[in-house]
Amino acid sequence: MPEGQAKRVGLFVTCLVDMIRPSVAFAAVKLLEDAGCIVEVPRQSCCGQPAFNSGDRATARAIAEQVIEAFAPYDYVVAPSGSCGGQLKTHFPELFHGDPNWLPRADAFAAKTFELVSFLVDVLGIVRVDASLEATATYHDSCSGLRELGVRAQPRRLLGSVRGLTLKEMRDPDVCCGFGGTFCVKYPDISNAIVEKKAANVAATGASLLIAGDLGCLMNMAGKLQREGKPVEVRHVAEVLAGMTSEPAIGAPAHAQAEPRR
Amino acid sequence: MTHVATSPHFKENAKAALADTELQNALKFVEVNIVTRRREVVDRLPEFDALRDSARDIKNHTLAHLDLYLEAYEQKVTAAGGYVHYAVTAEDAKRIVLDLCRKFGARTVTKGKSMIGEEIGINDHLEANGIVPVETDLGEYIIQLRHEMPSHIIMPAVHLTKTQIEADFRRAHDKLPADRDLTEATSLLTEARTILREKFLAADVGITGANFLVAETGTSIIVTNEGNGDLTQTLPKAHIVLASIEKLVPTFEDVSQLLRVLARSATAQEMSVYTTLSTGPRRADDPDGPGEYHVVILDNGRSSMLGGDFADMLRCIRCGACMNHCPVFHAVGGHAYGWVYPGPMGAVLTPSLIGVDQAGQLPNASTFCGRCEEVCPVRIPLPRMMRSWREREFERHLSPATVRGGLAFWAFFAKRPRLYGLATSLLARLLALIGRRKGRFGWLPLASGWTRHREFPAPQGATFQAQWKAHKAGRR
Repeated sequence: MPEGQAKRVGLFVTCLVDMIRPSVAFAAVKLLEDAGCIVEVPRQSCCGQPAFNSGDRATARAIAEQVIEAFAPYDYVVAPSGSCGGQLKTHFPELFHGDPNWLPRADAFAAKTFELVSFLVDVLGIVRVDASLEATATYHDSCSGLRELGVRAQPRRLLGSVRGLTLKEMRDPDVCCGFGGTFCVKYPDISNAIVEKKAANVAATGASLLIAGDLGCLMNMAGKLQREGKPVEVRHVAEVLAGMTSEPAIGAPAHAQAEPRR
Repeated sequence: MTHVATSPHFKENAKAALADTELQNALKFVEVNIVTRRREVVDRLPEFDALRDSARDIKNHTLAHLDLYLEAYEQKVTAAGGYVHYAVTAEDAKRIVLDLCRKFGARTVTKGKSMIGEEIGINDHLEANGIVPVETDLGEYIIQLRHEMPSHIIMPAVHLTKTQIEADFRRAHDKLPADRDLTEATSLLTEARTILREKFLAADVGITGANFLVAETGTSIIVTNEGNGDLTQTLPKAHIVLASIEKLVPTFEDVSQLLRVLARSATAQEMSVYTTLSTGPRRADDPDGPGEYHVVILDNGRSSMLGGDFADMLRCIRCGACMNHCPVFHAVGGHAYGWVYPGPMGAVLTPSLIGVDQAGQLPNASTFCGRCEEVCPVRIPLPRMMRSWREREFERHLSPATVRGGLAFWAFFAKRPRLYGLATSLLARLLALIGRRKGRFGWLPLASGWTRHREFPAPQGATFQAQWKAHKAGRR
């Protein structure tokens, strides 16, 4: 890409953010635009992980082809998720193993694809954000982001620059929350046993806010904390970094009707 | 006990395990202590990751030339005065071992810990033929008393608490004074040692497993912490080694590298307490040792894994690190997996050995968190191989109809982004309308597995893509 030109980023929204929590995508757009990128959102559905992880390789491949086509015009593809990001970056090329037509395209696609926070830090070289939030927070490392994409230091570094925010590490922040995509549907009781431990570790920090980079994990942990009546707000890292925390936290009630402005 | 696989009932097994408070207490030892100690011992060795690469390469090289190394190994064993027997199936292995025991007129057989022994069900077979097998590894001894299978490949009784073991000892050792103190781990160990001492002396044959078979010398190696293996193999008339084909390693140089990753990965030790090397029977000037030395090398389906999707699994050195770090294993323990090998390595290996139709649940019961692969000392891509099993199941229509149906329904939309956008937009608006005030749902149709245990957040409103379109139009 020529020096000095704005980077054109195709935002891979992820199906969960698209449907459940659009504010995460708006936060991602803000972070990217603040960093000087031009953000576009081509029509999209999902990264295909449910099919891929259920053994339906043909469907996973069909979806991958569709995604690669849709994002062909962009310099970069950025996803506010380590799990979907891992699917795009690590597993798409696996799907086209031995295919002389598609493998080079999948490899090129993988090379320009990044998880949001690692894109901000590792590619754009951002070291601080302009945001503030008075809170003590704890950060959960989602598995795919951590182990497939090496996302560990980057979110902590940027969160460290949020004014008023104190980070307090929980016990085993890098241990799975039990979500596992289709796993939590196929094995709900085991998934529950795992998220119970996670919720206890979160609560033990005394933090008022739980942050992570994957909406699936966040929904799982928020759902458990709420069911157990633990007063911890749960938010996506992009919302905190973008300073967009006026929306109710995940699973929190809608704000009461605002007073009319005088 | 006979090893009828309960793997098809993994879900039921898991449910029972989750409700078993003693088990849940016992499992904390793995989740907390073992994991922490491994981290510490690995952090003290800066070249650990380089050693893992080397360990992987050694095993890959050996597997690529396995036929040659097996031949070389056999020649060396024979030259040292021992015998090598090849067993294609578990049945073959059992027959060979029984024939040998009969040849030596064995009535009692002592056993060192052997997962191959578990895999072929050697204890039942000997017992059914009037020979008494006595497990001499403390963990194996305990589960033999309980007529259980090991719940872990290196800590067979890790599913038990001290209190349970005390109760077992009082029941089994009923000739000992009832008022003896058995509250400490050391007193349990002392009692087992005392009982086992007589068995060692009475045994006619000793059976051990093998961690490595060294091709350059014809040596079998076991690593233990109790020294029971040494007494098992040196005191009786004959020593039978039970091993499988992938235990081959070319040289001692290779073994010394593998040992460095094995003990650290398995028990967080720098070295196991005993590393015992056996080459052939007792020689004329040896102070002790068995009169005959036999090695039974089991295939049991492994050779058909070579060169296939699951070949990497044959690198496994049975350290147990994958299960020690597995959140699913921490939740349900090893017995839930329903056969000999639990945890991530079992989820990959078991379908290879007993069939994916029997063990298909196991590779599905993973969150793909990747921690197993992260700690594996020979870098086995366990999640990838679990996924390969899921693909086989899907191809063979073994996955449940509800799963397939749900997936097909979702895929229909996911493959048509425009239609998908319309459908999700409607659904999101509907759910937002119902759930916005409370912000979440305590119950949702078709999501009872989720809502049984946790709340489900209400969507914020229209989908992002719908909002983005409006937002873009507004910006223009």
